[in-house]
Amino acid sequence: MVRFLAGIAGILLTGVTLAIASPSPERQKELRNLLIQDCGSCHGMTLKGGLGPPLVPEALAGKSPEFLRRTIVEGRPGTPMPPWGGLLSDADIDWLVKILLDGEAAP
Amino acid sequence: MTRAWLLVLWLSLAACATTPALRGTGDMGVIIERATGSVAIIETTGRSVLGQVSGLGDLSHASVVFSRDERYAYVFGRDGGLTRVDLLTAKIDRRVLQSGNSIGGAISQDGRLIAVSNYTPGGVRVFDAKTLAPVADIPASTFGDKRSKVVGLVDAPEQRFVFSLYDTGEIWIADFSAGNTPRITRFRDIGKQPYDGLITPDGRYYIAGLFGEDGLALLDLWHPEKGVRRILEDYGRGRKKMPVYKMPHLEGWAMTENHAFLPEVGRHRVLVVDRHTWKPVAHIDVHGQPVFVMARPDGRQVWVNFAYPRNDTVQVIDTDSLKIVNTLKPGKAVLHMEFTPRGEQVWISARDDNRVTVYDTRTFAILARHSLPKPSGIFLTARAHRIGL
Repeated sequence: MVRFLAGIAGILLTGVTLAIASPSPERQKELRNLLIQDCGSCHGMTLKGGLGPPLVPEALAGKSPEFLRRTIVEGRPGTPMPPWGGLLSDADIDWLVKILLDGEAAP
Repeated sequence: MTRAWLLVLWLSLAACATTPALRGTGDMGVIIERATGSVAIIETTGRSVLGQVSGLGDLSHASVVFSRDERYAYVFGRDGGLTRVDLLTAKIDRRVLQSGNSIGGAISQDGRLIAVSNYTPGGVRVFDAKTLAPVADIPASTFGDKRSKVVGLVDAPEQRFVFSLYDTGEIWIADFSAGNTPRITRFRDIGKQPYDGLITPDGRYYIAGLFGEDGLALLDLWHPEKGVRRILEDYGRGRKKMPVYKMPHLEGWAMTENHAFLPEVGRHRVLVVDRHTWKPVAHIDVHGQPVFVMARPDGRQVWVNFAYPRNDTVQVIDTDSLKIVNTLKPGKAVLHMEFTPRGEQVWISARDDNRVTVYDTRTFAILARHSLPKPSGIFLTARAHRIGL
């Protein structure tokens, strides 16, 4: 139930009008590994930062889900952050944004 | 007779149990286990894992240098940890947390100093190699209220360290030849966002890769007075600024007698350049965005691994014909490759399959496989005697 409500909240916050199915548990495991290991190459495996900025909840405070979503989809021109839109689905990215903001991402 | 032999065997086993066998360390090395903050200690003669050392902190993007006697590994962790690991006892000898966030390190020509390049606070800190006591602190230039991140730190002949400043676009030389207070030479406006550096195996040229623009910055350490010049103007992401899913590493750049092999940035190609003129000679189409492009020590082959999502593959290029001669699948998320000093075997880590595979570089046969947790960088002690490693 809590997860269901959080899911609804996530969808409302990201401004997505169509309900997007959450990634499957196996996909969530892959995405968590991607976040910690691959994103972690620049942002640190504890997400406390490196060549890229920290992604811990305190560092993301005040950033909107839409801003994070666009950053992941389009990358950040002028920085090494590449666009992930072609590699990850909308549902993947929404889920990543959610666990980052909820502080459930760091190992 | 049999009984006498058994007695001899028993006695020698008993002797082994109390006195560890003497051994050298020239065939040893370490493998970073990034998720568990540990390293595996390996040897390449029997191709075995000898032990494990844990308690090394955040080892994402960790790197290692070795003491000149090849007994100690200095492990540089992401969390600013600097750990001296004794390969013979498989124990932590000393450990300091020297900054908040670091990216790599180097050992001085005489083996007396360890330098660490830091993101936060940006700069280089130098330590006594024996005690890890602080020797010198070199804060980086500031931009706004922050200090620049430091990348691409290498050792250079005549007791120097060379490194690049990512945010302020500089290359610095820190010269420790006169003692523990370094003489700093600064080169400004070398290009936008240098993200890594390498020194040629002879220790003469320092080359920084630029993320923010095309081309490479080259410093001739025989003639620093001539300043930094730009080479390979077209090297980089190009006008369209291709996205890069893993920053190519420069340290592994393959150098053969006439050619250097470079990972092209953002493209599925390896660039071949003339080592003397630094002009492009050829482009080789490969499986994905190359990350490490490493030459077998004799220069006959170049092995290439790739960025996400095409990172389950390694390709081998014959440097004579410039053709791909083999495509291997060592496992999911291939992160690093390390050749034995004479190149008969290569160790390859596949992070997401928790596996290290040892290949015969002539037959491509698998010689050994080891299950290790999230293996990344592989470092053999022969690095102790190579400039820039």
